[in-house]
Amino acid sequence: MRLNNLLAQRKTAIIKNWFTLAVETYPPDTASFLKKQKDPFANPVGRTISRGLEALYNELLKEMDHDSIISFLDPIIRIRAIQNFSPAQAISFIFLLKKAIRENIKKEALEEQLFNELLLFESKIDQLAMIAFNLYMECKEKIYDLKANEMRNTTYKAFKRAGLVREMPVDEPDIKPNVNT
Amino acid sequence: MSELPNPDEFLAKIEHKPSPRGWMDTPVEIRKGIACHAAKPERLETVGFPNPRDWSCYDEDWKLPENWQEILHKGFKERLDRFRSIKVFMDICVRCGACADKCHFFIGSGDPKNMPVVRAELLRSIYRNDFTTAGKILGLFGKKVKKSYGAREMTLEVLKEWWYYLFQCTECRRCSVFCPYGIDTAEITIFGRELLNLIGLNIDWVAAPVAFCYRTGNHLGIQPHAYKDMIDFFTDEIEDVAGIRVEPHFMKEKADILFITPSGDVFADPGTFTCMGYMMLFHFLQEKYGLEITWSTYASEGGNFGFFTSHEMMKRLNAKMYAEAKRLGVKWILGGECGHMWRVVHQYMDTMNGPADFLEEPVSPITGTKFENARSTKMVHITEFVADLIKHGKLDLDPSRNDHLKVTYHDSCNPARGMGLLEEPRYVIKNVCNHFYEMPANTIREQTFCCGSGAGLNAGENMELRMQGALPRLNAVKYVHEKHGVNMLSCICAIDRAAFPTALEYWLPEVDNCGVHELVANALILPGEKKRTVDLRNEPLPGMEDEDAE
Repeated sequence: MRLNNLLAQRKTAIIKNWFTLAVETYPPDTASFLKKQKDPFANPVGRTISRGLEALYNELLKEMDHDSIISFLDPIIRIRAIQNFSPAQAISFIFLLKKAIRENIKKEALEEQLFNELLLFESKIDQLAMIAFNLYMECKEKIYDLKANEMRNTTYKAFKRAGLVREMPVDEPDIKPNVNT
Repeated sequence: MSELPNPDEFLAKIEHKPSPRGWMDTPVEIRKGIACHAAKPERLETVGFPNPRDWSCYDEDWKLPENWQEILHKGFKERLDRFRSIKVFMDICVRCGACADKCHFFIGSGDPKNMPVVRAELLRSIYRNDFTTAGKILGLFGKKVKKSYGAREMTLEVLKEWWYYLFQCTECRRCSVFCPYGIDTAEITIFGRELLNLIGLNIDWVAAPVAFCYRTGNHLGIQPHAYKDMIDFFTDEIEDVAGIRVEPHFMKEKADILFITPSGDVFADPGTFTCMGYMMLFHFLQEKYGLEITWSTYASEGGNFGFFTSHEMMKRLNAKMYAEAKRLGVKWILGGECGHMWRVVHQYMDTMNGPADFLEEPVSPITGTKFENARSTKMVHITEFVADLIKHGKLDLDPSRNDHLKVTYHDSCNPARGMGLLEEPRYVIKNVCNHFYEMPANTIREQTFCCGSGAGLNAGENMELRMQGALPRLNAVKYVHEKHGVNMLSCICAIDRAAFPTALEYWLPEVDNCGVHELVANALILPGEKKRTVDLRNEPLPGMEDEDAE
């Protein structure tokens, strides 16, 4: 619990550091915009990351409620899943929390022998990464689903309602390829 | 054990930090999900465009004409002479950065080359090299000196970069609102795409609608009988909802007004409900005031993807509007809820295909209002026409029939920024709905965020790009959804109505999308109608359920 207290004490600095590391996964000009622009409507990405990271950090200090974690993580992953990142890059920001924490509590961790607790806490971050990976895949699957069904949901649906297309009746036999036996 | 990778080496392979190099030194990487499919050869053949062939942007060889650099150079030069605006826009940018963070694609993607200034620099760098004295002199001192001046030579790499980023701009003009010099980046994109078309570089989502529109009259290539079949089907639907059989006119000679709308309203949900809305409104006006408004299966497309191809192609596709109005002998043209159609109509049509001196200066036959802004084009926007009717108390409305909806309004880019249509749609909505909520001020009116799919980018294969582009807009919708419980995003553009349902499904599935005239028709009391128990989507109206059905 000593570590938890320390992490709660250093919260502001650690979150700030984590946010900086996370936005630096974008090109330098973009990172600088994401950091500087405070208007939530002019900078939805920066705002979403900053709010999300803070909420996630608070959750990590607690019991890690799965639903809460998802509600804070989803908006960030939803954005990064459609940006120009590889899957690994998209969720890399989670692991950067380890770096932010290590940089901020290095001295105390050494002096007060907090390594066991730190290892346990870092396992929580790993869990977070696993959840992030699930969310990332859900977002990607949604994108593929939208790609596949968009025309069907708009034009095809309208034509079908109008009776201008006819689907194969269910009782008609399927057309099967010839199989040479 | 020795075969296991060293952890540092392993992590280095998934480097999470991008390169700190400047934009000119960052090579273009054409990504799936961002790029669109190349135009198929038959599209280009249909309209007589150069270099039709099968090609793919992911291939090394783009099958360009041998002298492609010469063609582009000549095309660039011709257009610098022809368009004073382009010449000025190439020269006057001081790279102040005011536009940099205003683009929805930059905000959503984080890709610095989507900063409008950089997108323009892609072309300016070639302009400086090829067409300025300073560029020519500095070029004598080598590439490094030239680069410090922001100039570079046209190479295949640069060409691919042009293509990739010119098709990541929706020509929405939000950036130009913030430019102290008034540089219109949409015009730069239009110019750049026109150059690309000289060597056969287009995307299929633009080239196919162009070819279909040229051949058949609308973007999907739907033939006249199918167009009429859809409208006939809507009359059945309207009868189910309101118990009234409307009788739309088709190509009626000497009708008062010719109505032209994007074909998306006829052929794709949820635009179809807006289309039913127009039909109910026209029926009301005919019954009550004897006004005859006719549809046309010839001028069956308000949209004009020629606008995303070249000025000449835009003119060719636009011509049918006036041709049909002339043939039918109507007084003037009423235009439906469309986006870029209005930029074409408002800013180009009269110059390209006018003067339409065979039409009358538009006056509402019901209220006597003169639409002075349409004096020269002879084409009136439907929200302007309807706002005037409402203002004069000419429509019978029951806004409580939209009480199940909490509505916000997205200023579609072209009507808002391209023709200044800001108040009329709001006035209409506020008169037909009881629950209307504005999004934050820096995301509406002149500062409206694009839907992210305009200017021909509404394809399927570039879905990630579209979601990036829609993010700032839907972030603002999310705000009013959370604050006020908004559940309906209204708009006056068919591309919006094609783009938003998909984007909402990804970003904010709790909110739906509609056109303004769907809301109008929900509220409009038709003479002799039955008690409405459902809305135009056939969904039950809370508190107005059909007692007989129970």
